[in-house]
Amino acid sequence: MELAQLIAQVQSVTVISAALLICVAAVGTALSFGMLGGKFLESIARQPELAPMLMMRMFLMAGLIDAFAAISVATGLLLFFGKNPLLLEIINAAANKIG
Amino acid sequence: MNFFHPTSGEYIQQHLNYLQLNLHTWKIGNGGFWTLNLDTLSLSIVVGAGFLLLFWLAARKATNGLPSKFQNCVEMVVEFVQNLVKENFHGRNTLIGPLALTIFVWVFLLNSLDLIPVDLFSTILYLIGGISDFRAVPTDDPNLTFALSISVCCLVIFYSFKVKGMRLYGKEVFCTPFGPWLFPINFIFRLIEEGVKPLSLSLRLFGNMFAGELIFILIAFLPWWLQWTVGGVWSVFHILIIAIQAFIFMMLTIIYLSMAHE
Repeated sequence: MELAQLIAQVQSVTVISAALLICVAAVGTALSFGMLGGKFLESIARQPELAPMLMMRMFLMAGLIDAFAAISVATGLLLFFGKNPLLLEIINAAANKIG
Repeated sequence: MNFFHPTSGEYIQQHLNYLQLNLHTWKIGNGGFWTLNLDTLSLSIVVGAGFLLLFWLAARKATNGLPSKFQNCVEMVVEFVQNLVKENFHGRNTLIGPLALTIFVWVFLLNSLDLIPVDLFSTILYLIGGISDFRAVPTDDPNLTFALSISVCCLVIFYSFKVKGMRLYGKEVFCTPFGPWLFPINFIFRLIEEGVKPLSLSLRLFGNMFAGELIFILIAFLPWWLQWTVGGVWSVFHILIIAIQAFIFMMLTIIYLSMAHE
């Protein structure tokens, strides 16, 4: 019973942290992509002839923004679907105790 | 574990294992520090050799007259990189053009192995030799991305020394943000800056490719008649990410090196 409690505790905390990892990254990228695209359109409206150059720089920035969100999403998905190392520790400890 | 009917946890775990060679015993398995990731090494070497061979063939057959389609394609890539280097790099250095081209094309090709179906290589290898762990994307391995970024940063430090000389570079390291009296703080700042460069450069590439591959693995859980919907959309989006990440890696290399020359 105690073991089930411990596992449930770790699992619930893990789920919340994975959700945070995914959603905070999504919010961050969404906001910054909005800003990036808005500024891009603004500057194109001001100087249409610079559009190709600005487009390339925008994609560069988009990649920079995307990267850390991708890392955090990957970590979150790994906690969700892969082997959870935090949980494994408890299971190993329990296995040692039971023998 | 059954290779063809794994549970979901086993399936993901199997796709997170590298094909590793233990250098202590020369057998397949994890050997701590003395481990070679055979899948990363073999695929990256094969792809790199293929890239060199293709470009060498194009250069050997190049003509002034009507160029073939293949030559046009290679020339387009070379000119694209050349223009970027000319725009962003103002020093004199014969290394940086070829370096930028190599990084761009190589990383692009390695990333594009991500578009191969996730189970193809591992299934073939399992049927032939009973090897179940094989990760098809070399840039999905932090060892490769760190190797790339650390060598770029070694070049940055080397050229800083070479271009500025010992005295000027030392002055820059110890005296730049706060003046000579606070030199320990300046030095620590500089150390952090130099350390963050390779870290962010490699983690960016690795994180993107890892997330992409993981999502492909998750898509593989769908029933087979539904996979093409999500898988198709994600593949198209992923082509963009592949190109952009290769481009960013090259661009940041050029920018770091040009900072070392100023």
